[in-house]
Amino acid sequence: MLRLATAGSVDDGKSTLIGRLLHDSKAILADQLAAVEHTSRQRGEAELNLALLTDGLRAEREQGITIDVAYRYLVTPRRKIIIADTPGHVQYTRNMVTGASTADLALILVDARKGVVEQSRRHAFIASLLGVAHLVLCVNKMDLVDWSAERFEEIRADFRRFAMKLNVADLAFVPVSALHGDNVVQRSANMPWYEGTSLLHHLEEVHIASDRNLIDARLPVQYVIRTRDFRGYAGTVAGGVLKPGDEVVVLPAGFSSRVRSVRGPGGDVVDEAFPPQAITVQLEDELDVARGDLICRPHNRPHVGQEIDAMVCWLTERSALTPGARYTLRHTTRSVRAEVQELVYRMDINTLHRDETAESLSLNEIGRVRLRTQTPLLFDAYRRNRSTGSFILVDDATNNTVAAGMISEPSASIVWHPAAVRRSDRASQGMTLWLTGLSASGKSTIATEVERRLVAAGRPAYLLDGDNLRHGLNADLGFSAGDRAENVRRVGEVAQLFADAGVVAIVSLISPYRADRDLVRARHTAGGLPFFEVFVDTPVEVCEARDPKGMYARARAGEIKGFTGVDAPYEVPSEAALVLRPEDGDPAALAAKVLELLDGEG
Amino acid sequence: MTTAYELSPLRMLEAESVHVLREVAATFERPTLLFSGGKDSVVLLHLAAKAFWPAPVPFPVMHVDTGHNFDEVLEFRDRAVARFGVRLVVAAVQDDIDAGRVVEETGPRASRNRLQTVTLLRGIAENGFDAAFGGARRDEEKARAKERVFSFRDEYGQWDPRNQRPELWNLYNGAHRKGEHIRVFPLSNWTELDIWRYIRAEGVELPSLYYAHRRPVFHRDGMLLAHSRFIELLEGEEPFEASVRFRTVGDATCTGCVESTAASADAVLAEVAASRITERGATRADDRISEAGMEDRKKEGYF
Repeated sequence: MLRLATAGSVDDGKSTLIGRLLHDSKAILADQLAAVEHTSRQRGEAELNLALLTDGLRAEREQGITIDVAYRYLVTPRRKIIIADTPGHVQYTRNMVTGASTADLALILVDARKGVVEQSRRHAFIASLLGVAHLVLCVNKMDLVDWSAERFEEIRADFRRFAMKLNVADLAFVPVSALHGDNVVQRSANMPWYEGTSLLHHLEEVHIASDRNLIDARLPVQYVIRTRDFRGYAGTVAGGVLKPGDEVVVLPAGFSSRVRSVRGPGGDVVDEAFPPQAITVQLEDELDVARGDLICRPHNRPHVGQEIDAMVCWLTERSALTPGARYTLRHTTRSVRAEVQELVYRMDINTLHRDETAESLSLNEIGRVRLRTQTPLLFDAYRRNRSTGSFILVDDATNNTVAAGMISEPSASIVWHPAAVRRSDRASQGMTLWLTGLSASGKSTIATEVERRLVAAGRPAYLLDGDNLRHGLNADLGFSAGDRAENVRRVGEVAQLFADAGVVAIVSLISPYRADRDLVRARHTAGGLPFFEVFVDTPVEVCEARDPKGMYARARAGEIKGFTGVDAPYEVPSEAALVLRPEDGDPAALAAKVLELLDGEG
Repeated sequence: MTTAYELSPLRMLEAESVHVLREVAATFERPTLLFSGGKDSVVLLHLAAKAFWPAPVPFPVMHVDTGHNFDEVLEFRDRAVARFGVRLVVAAVQDDIDAGRVVEETGPRASRNRLQTVTLLRGIAENGFDAAFGGARRDEEKARAKERVFSFRDEYGQWDPRNQRPELWNLYNGAHRKGEHIRVFPLSNWTELDIWRYIRAEGVELPSLYYAHRRPVFHRDGMLLAHSRFIELLEGEEPFEASVRFRTVGDATCTGCVESTAASADAVLAEVAASRITERGATRADDRISEAGMEDRKKEGYF
């Protein structure tokens, strides 16, 4: 199956070319042809107007131009070809972007008399931006330049010069006359100098199987299929190959497991799944996996981040993209809030010039932006993977799709500003005490006592309490695995800043996942700051008996979902600096044990 | 070396449809599948059953009942619903006629086809459906060639072809307000031939009308219509018996059949592959109203 997008200016004869392809390959049936003959006659046209086959909506027929993407189907003995016929004139660049987003091949038309014009360049640029691997330049209306080989060569050389600036893997040129059919389906007798194949033959033969990414295994979880004795994660393979026995991790939580089975639609057993198969995966372990999670291999993970650099095409005339604007961003099976941090530049798609003074992107404009998402995305660069590297922006006011985005490889180039004050210059040395454990385990009581004693002793200290922070810093987060990971990450970052400033940061946070805590520890270690993980190890029965806020009761009653210790896991620390149990004493005694950790540190 | 990791076109289409079915089930509150008993809706239900295996199809099906049904289709509908274990919602055109919301056409050319739109929209509104799967394909008709997979309908159920949401990659935008809904067309990229190939490959059961059988028919407007209690004959129209099959199944008053002896999926496939006339051109009086017949009805909210 080949998906192809076509583009050309209004008068290049694109609709005629497609009509010709369909007609000469016998994809047009008798009644469709009769309707076209009828309309051609009505309009007083002498010849059959093949463009009428594709110009579908009344407005287009009346204006004689294509106004929207139309899909056509062509089946040859070799291939099924899906044609996304997109209009070429200036105001409909967005349609070309739409058509090219799923295309394997882009067909660009130029008029042999006019040669490569601004629009041809724009279309080629869009095709390359959208990662279309194969480009065919059809030089049409060869009949009007006396089938001239020189003219064809001239256009070919001109286009090549431009295409060198683009990222196009495969470029082909075909001289045609759509009106008369030369080199469309059959080789032309009028251009004996042309040594290539007909357009249709090229479309049938072009090799596209290796355009997919078969290296980086990616399964964005789309839907969880559950019955009494079956739990499977359904989704469309976005990259790589997955098979039973594969070791996998589920992001963002980072759980690891192994693939138990892979099934196609209807439960058919699949030995190896690859893009674009729609599959259902069962894992060996019972994990908390939800839509929006991503299954991949442990040593080949996507980028995880909230700072997204991307090329964006703006698709609406009703508003413009400006820094500070917020949208819903849809990426794989995730939907998150995103804010435009910066418009880095606007690209003039005719000259490829970058305008860094631009302040907004309007309809059909393309530019590079920096976005910040509310929760991390699991992504690859678009160049590497079209599925995990693409997104759309939806305007919440109108619900319209307003932008198409292609994510760039994240650069490690966020510049650190050097500090004038060294850590040892400060009056006191900071650190982080991280108290983790179940709800009602006594974390906050102990932490409050630790803070009181430190401050009383004249030591700068500050309590970062998980519940309290959810009222402000983390007010936008929920309790999904992803939001919890982000909650922990943010508290970790804040604690690190406090510690860096010379304060003892005391964190009281359930932080149920080991991977999240380990990430915070790693950040501290990398920053040269002491980090002590304190595990408040109160058994769940004890916590539940205390239940000061009535949370356990509500969770048991099913009113709260995903409550740690009831229906969500708590992963015990493997490297805790200190473990506190109820039998070790009262909160004051436990606080004293925590303070002992400070001995020897600053 | 074999060409590894390649899907046949049929399996690629299946994967794309399954992706769409799952996406809707995951992101909408109350989807439904519009089920007419026609082959496209039967294939759609078959795909839905496969998409959620081993769980049951997680949404009901809705039949817009013109009251002018072929008996075989109603029987088939009830059996299919029972077999897949899905809930059936029926929205009856007769109810709208009785309530005076629509006025029935009269005379020998009377059809309830156009009235269906009112009933369809009422069924969607009354049941609070926010997404409705339809079996429409882009190869059927010129106006449908521009249809999105996720097609937005405003609070009046209407389609605005000049203001459709761009649809990129496989990222579908189903955002809508209360009262609005999305028509979803998972079979958008299938052709009639693909449908028949899939029916053969999967052994999908269809109403018997789709295979050759003998029945009384008559000629009208260059089509072959079934002689039934729903149609008055015009002067000079003489019913005769013939071996026929239907290429589409719609309202009995405007769905024509073709002379055929194809009694199996294999035989039908051979016929379809050799046919020089589209299925709607051969058998649908409703599309012949004008060149823009389908476009106008779609704007009003038709299937």
